[in-house]
Amino acid sequence: MIHADLLRLRHAAAARQPVAYAVRLANGAAFVLPDPAAPAGLAQAAATALAADRTGIVEIDGESWFIEARNPAPRLVVVGAVHIAQALAPLAVAAGFDVTVIDPRTGFAAPERFPGVRIDTAWPDEALAALQPDARTAIVTLTHDPKLDDPALISALHSAAFYIGALGSTRTHARRLERLRDAGFDDAACARIAAPVGLDIGARTAPEIAISVIAEVIGARRGKRRERST
Amino acid sequence: MNMDEKMERMRGAEDILGIAADWLAAGETVAIATVIQSWGSSPRPAGSRMVLTKTGKMEGSVSGGCIEGAVADAALDVMNSGVSQVLEYGVTDETAWAVGLACGGRVSVLVEALT
Repeated sequence: MIHADLLRLRHAAAARQPVAYAVRLANGAAFVLPDPAAPAGLAQAAATALAADRTGIVEIDGESWFIEARNPAPRLVVVGAVHIAQALAPLAVAAGFDVTVIDPRTGFAAPERFPGVRIDTAWPDEALAALQPDARTAIVTLTHDPKLDDPALISALHSAAFYIGALGSTRTHARRLERLRDAGFDDAACARIAAPVGLDIGARTAPEIAISVIAEVIGARRGKRRERST
Repeated sequence: MNMDEKMERMRGAEDILGIAADWLAAGETVAIATVIQSWGSSPRPAGSRMVLTKTGKMEGSVSGGCIEGAVADAALDVMNSGVSQVLEYGVTDETAWAVGLACGGRVSVLVEALT
């Protein structure tokens, strides 16, 4: 790999641009795609690999190429800059997520409480509208305060987020669902919310809860969604 | 937020290429090993990386720890010659047992010099 290609790969990741790294195995010739100088067959194969998020060896015109699909990192949006969020953010970063913590309460959303993590102090619905959650985004609400959690969940339910989780007991969640139904969400929409949030591992401390949450988010990302009885 | 800050912020456990960039900037000779295909119970998917220096530094992985030593040996050759290699490890290859890919999987690893 040449240094210029390495820089392009890292800049693309930071800028959330999908790129493919391709190496002709016979001679080590490499491309970072899209690249107008790339052969047409390779450009097509790279586009296909990115669309399918598939990395591997592809035969193109009788030659073997390694094509690595480098799509933007999945995102985790945490609503509530609370103690559990402090434990969750570094776990999510380590698991490869691009993390944003939203909390308009600036006492909670202090940068020194979240080193290296993006913080947004806008109201949750405004912050989420700006973030435009997509099918590679997970959203977790942790504030315990309906004034903050509800607008975030309403925004989340209007998005294609692959995971929506809400902290709170079964009883808290039942009241939350009543409010969401009053706001016009049907059972199918409400069933998208994983609550109580996280895998049931008996977590009690903030780090334990954070581990249960990131584990469930990873499971959803990898197609192991846990069905909840409601 | 500028690009440098973004690149710093995104640095999770999997930013292996960032480590390689740091090593190169520090004057090290660096090789990058990438899983290009894996089959069966091989634990690391295609795209997994390990980066190494001539001085013996190593980060990341291309298996559960079974073949990293053999890949490191090959990486020394690649760093000396500058010529990439594709290495194959698997149960059909007698030598694979010698380096201990006991999980029963198969894996192909591309080793490139970072230049």
